[in-house]
Amino acid sequence: MAEQAKSTATARPLSPHMQIYRWPVTMATSIVHRATGLALASGTLLVAWWLIAIATGPHAYNLFSMVARSLGGQIVLFGFVWSLAFHLFNGLRHLAWDSGFGFEVRTANRTGVGAVALSLLAAIAVFAYAYLEKGVYI
Amino acid sequence: MSAQTPIARVEGLGASHSGTGHFWRQRVSALALVPLSIWFVCMALSLIGAHRHEAIAFLSAPVNAILMALFIIAALHHMVLGVQVVIEDYVHGEGPKIALLVSNQFFAWLVGAACLFALVKIAL
Repeated sequence: MAEQAKSTATARPLSPHMQIYRWPVTMATSIVHRATGLALASGTLLVAWWLIAIATGPHAYNLFSMVARSLGGQIVLFGFVWSLAFHLFNGLRHLAWDSGFGFEVRTANRTGVGAVALSLLAAIAVFAYAYLEKGVYI
Repeated sequence: MSAQTPIARVEGLGASHSGTGHFWRQRVSALALVPLSIWFVCMALSLIGAHRHEAIAFLSAPVNAILMALFIIAALHHMVLGVQVVIEDYVHGEGPKIALLVSNQFFAWLVGAACLFALVKIAL
């Protein structure tokens, strides 16, 4: 009995692990949707800081502006803008699915790639506008 | 005391005990956030490099103050619902799960109160 338990324990076939699966577009966008959602939840603290800084006074506002313009601040803000853009575009896919549209594999893959591409374009466009039109540099 | 019979009170609520309420509120807040978040990004872009008095003047305009308040409320509402699902999916211990679900609510109320207080102070 014990021997049998031992042999089945060693010879039991294992279910394939995560890393041997090819990541389908829909799985990747689903995971990134959650990740960007959590990132945006932390991002609400930046919105709160911005509003509190305006309400508090010139020193608090200048501190916020200084941090926002620093290299680290710009990287965080780019992440925030891209997360918002991706969550928005991918959220539209979810709303379409909830209405019964876009479930075909080809369509779901295409809209997934579209959400990634559009969100990157939107984030780059926002920063290009900020640098070119507003003259704000890192 | 409710005039409803016990069966009428639980009908349609299903295994989650809350029916489709969570699902529906998540979608309605998502729909509201489509125009509101686009407005938010355009607003933030227009205020890049602005002096504090310019930001105050902008947020004091009734339309902007109201849209900002709506954005904050819709975003935090959507956030609570979304983070709640993530906690329920990945945290299985009853103690840690309840602690995180309560923290999720408290975080949203705290950030919301701070944002709205600051907004009122700016706009009025």
